[in-house]
Amino acid sequence: MTQLLTDYLPIIIFLGVALFIAAALMIAPFVIAVSNPDPEKVSAYECGFEAFDDARMRFDARFYLVAILFIIFDLEMAFLFPWAAAFREIGLFGFWSMMIFLGVLTVGFIYEWKKGALEWD
Amino acid sequence: MTLVAVFFYLFAILCVVAGAGVILARNPVHAVLSLILAFFNAAGLFVLLGAEFLAMLLVIVYVGAVAVLFLFVVMMLDVDFAELKAGFIKNAPFGLLVAGVVLAELIVLFAFRDLSLGAAGVGAVSSPVPDVNSGISNVDALGRLIYTKYAFFFQVSGLILLVAMIGAIVLTLRHKTGVKRQSISEQVSRNPKDAVEVVKVPSGGAVIPSVEGQ
Repeated sequence: MTQLLTDYLPIIIFLGVALFIAAALMIAPFVIAVSNPDPEKVSAYECGFEAFDDARMRFDARFYLVAILFIIFDLEMAFLFPWAAAFREIGLFGFWSMMIFLGVLTVGFIYEWKKGALEWD
Repeated sequence: MTLVAVFFYLFAILCVVAGAGVILARNPVHAVLSLILAFFNAAGLFVLLGAEFLAMLLVIVYVGAVAVLFLFVVMMLDVDFAELKAGFIKNAPFGLLVAGVVLAELIVLFAFRDLSLGAAGVGAVSSPVPDVNSGISNVDALGRLIYTKYAFFFQVSGLILLVAMIGAIVLTLRHKTGVKRQSISEQVSRNPKDAVEVVKVPSGGAVIPSVEGQ
């Protein structure tokens, strides 16, 4: 167990260094830089005219569909990874088990392709 | 081992603080970012338990995909949050009911944690970590079990993913009518004979192009 955790020591050191650099870059401007605040400096800039409205507008629902379809295939990949790692041990049964799983998802893939879910319009 | 305890409390405290941030943040985008921090800390706790693969999966799937989806939804919904707050009292009983059920489940799980449920019971599955000395890595141990011993659950998860895919398409896919698409076979099969028409125009007269050539 300790061996496993000492393997993660470089990641902790990396996170520490990243945290330090990020904090230094955020804190340094407060100390060093010239501070001359003005509300215009933080207002939205729209080439020459007043901003029409907020940037928080509605997104197209199709982004959501693309994200959902991505997550499903992301999970499929997550299942493939331990399968590949234990491929030698699980034998023919494990192999066909995964093939059926992939087949089921391929049915879904063909459905979404034929339905045109991968097309934008 | 004290170092492990230090990191456990670090991750656990940050996780609880981030979880509180999710429900207390006024700005929904900040709530989702707190959720991402909570996911990261939960991944850290998984690593401390020795479940490396689950930790990486949590980061890849939950942080990489689910949290981004939540951000999408939060930005897409364009909900009037003042109106949502007004409905707080009305929805409070339902929320309390759900919270109560989850709390009761946790208490039951904790109270009966030693209860044996037979060979495939809690005792058999509650330790996904292989013996360190066996030389089997975490991913390998999971791989040996998922596709053989738990093949049925694996196939069910595949079917659930299929249902999710079809459900998402059925619920959100709307095609605009009258969109002009590129059809490569139609483009290639077009030839000058169909596309171009040479017409003799009598001087002083007008010609109406035939529909055939269009």
